[in-house]
Amino acid sequence: MSIIEILFWFLTALALFGALMVVFSKNPVHSVLWLISVFFSISGHYILMNAQFLAIVNMIVYAGAIMVLFLFVIMLMNMNTESEPQKSKWLRIAASLSGGSLMLVLVAALKDTNGKVTGVFKVEGNIGLIKNLGQVLFTDYVLPFEISSVLFLSAMVGAVLLGKKETNSIIS
Amino acid sequence: MGQLQGKCLIIQQKLKSSMTILQIDFFYFLEKLLLIGGVITFSLVIAMYTTYAERKVAAVLQDRLGPNRAGPFGLLQPLADGLKLFFKEEIIPLTSNKLLFVIGPALAMITAMLTSAVIPWGSTVNIFGRNVSLQIADVNIGILYVFGVVSLGVYGIMIGGWSSNNKFSLIAAVRGASQIISYELAMGLSLIALLMMTGSLSLKTIVEQQMSGGWGGFLGWNVLYQPLGFLIFLICVFAECNRTPFDLPEAENELNFGYHQEYSSMKLGFYLFAEYINMFISSAIVSTLFFGGYDIPFVNEATLAHTLGGNVVALLGVAALLAKIVFFLFFFMWVRWTIPRFRYDQLMDLGWKKLIPLALANMLITAIVILWLNK
Repeated sequence: MSIIEILFWFLTALALFGALMVVFSKNPVHSVLWLISVFFSISGHYILMNAQFLAIVNMIVYAGAIMVLFLFVIMLMNMNTESEPQKSKWLRIAASLSGGSLMLVLVAALKDTNGKVTGVFKVEGNIGLIKNLGQVLFTDYVLPFEISSVLFLSAMVGAVLLGKKETNSIIS
Repeated sequence: MGQLQGKCLIIQQKLKSSMTILQIDFFYFLEKLLLIGGVITFSLVIAMYTTYAERKVAAVLQDRLGPNRAGPFGLLQPLADGLKLFFKEEIIPLTSNKLLFVIGPALAMITAMLTSAVIPWGSTVNIFGRNVSLQIADVNIGILYVFGVVSLGVYGIMIGGWSSNNKFSLIAAVRGASQIISYELAMGLSLIALLMMTGSLSLKTIVEQQMSGGWGGFLGWNVLYQPLGFLIFLICVFAECNRTPFDLPEAENELNFGYHQEYSSMKLGFYLFAEYINMFISSAIVSTLFFGGYDIPFVNEATLAHTLGGNVVALLGVAALLAKIVFFLFFFMWVRWTIPRFRYDQLMDLGWKKLIPLALANMLITAIVILWLNK
């Protein structure tokens, strides 16, 4: 086994273990922290595929910003097993059914993929490097890129609008 | 028989190939290990003496003497403080989340140290015929790495504050986290203007570009071309390090003591220490990005290397970087003992309504000037 293979299996085990712990942790704050560790191991996978930009952006955006907000919400709600109302039996059955069917679809979709491709183990391809990625984004995919940024802007404006106090309506 | 021999050969070959793949350049490994150890020890020692310097500078600014009992000029004071913190009783609150309570300060220390990996501390030294680069990792996304680590710095504060199970700690943690997230934006925007000029995310390349400027590199310093960007970046660094005037997470008059209120003994020490390491590393980043890094101003390093030898010049470069870092450390303290603390709404106002538009304007102006010059 080469070092890259060892790293690959180590990161895979870490990611899977972390993902399982997200589900099985009783404490929601622990779940969030395990989710962060999953993001870290996925970033490691990106680096193995020579996609450094994706790896670091995954860390900045997901581990650094989005998970902080998750942690905010969960910490301030102060959820724990005692105060959390237990879900009804039917809801649980429905949840496991829908989750199980999603898994069935995923397994069915992944069954026929060519799993024997060993390209994962090789650090090759330069498309993940920031220079090439930028070139592709701003030439081939410039329209989708710009449209998605407009989408983000509208989401931001919407959030600001929702968060704003409506002083006028209170006065009138 | 022949078949067996063939199999043996194949196995041997396989073993060999696996050995060669696993075989790392041992000296390279050792060299990096030593460098990492050196940088970490160095940062810790510097941070230790920054606490001493802080008290001395505060004393000078307030017309006092400062620590002067332990050793000559009180130089052993940081050691005495550290020893005291180690020997104090350690109290873990009964209602706290014990595991996270321990992880909090550890995370604060780790994230404080991580950034040092991409800072170029000097050019290369030649030891026994090997060219050793004085940088742990020259990754081509150096600045983004710094951002990644900075954005992770929130966790030490948040986990520590939440797991203490204390209202003041939690409020302080939430304050600290929102402060760091808010100022990250302006920080990133101010750096985009810099990146448009340099065209590289590697810190080493940025330093080398600055060194190639006129007057022995001095005219290449980015601060001359990005004064506004530098100012915004510096303000954001103050906020990211939780330093006065932005030390809202530790506002004593509102929050008793802040996010580390329930901590005692060396765990408290680690939190306080992480702040000083952050200051040191931030000063190094500011010096690297805007002040030429290990560039010695008014001196052409290449000609000096002919007369003095490459190693001496490399070490002089490290000394130059250190001098810049020490200046910024002093600047941190100077500001701390001069400017009073902001109110929280003022902090958010400054970050979102002033610094971000300013950084955006700076970015636009830089883009226009670059386009105009390249036309």
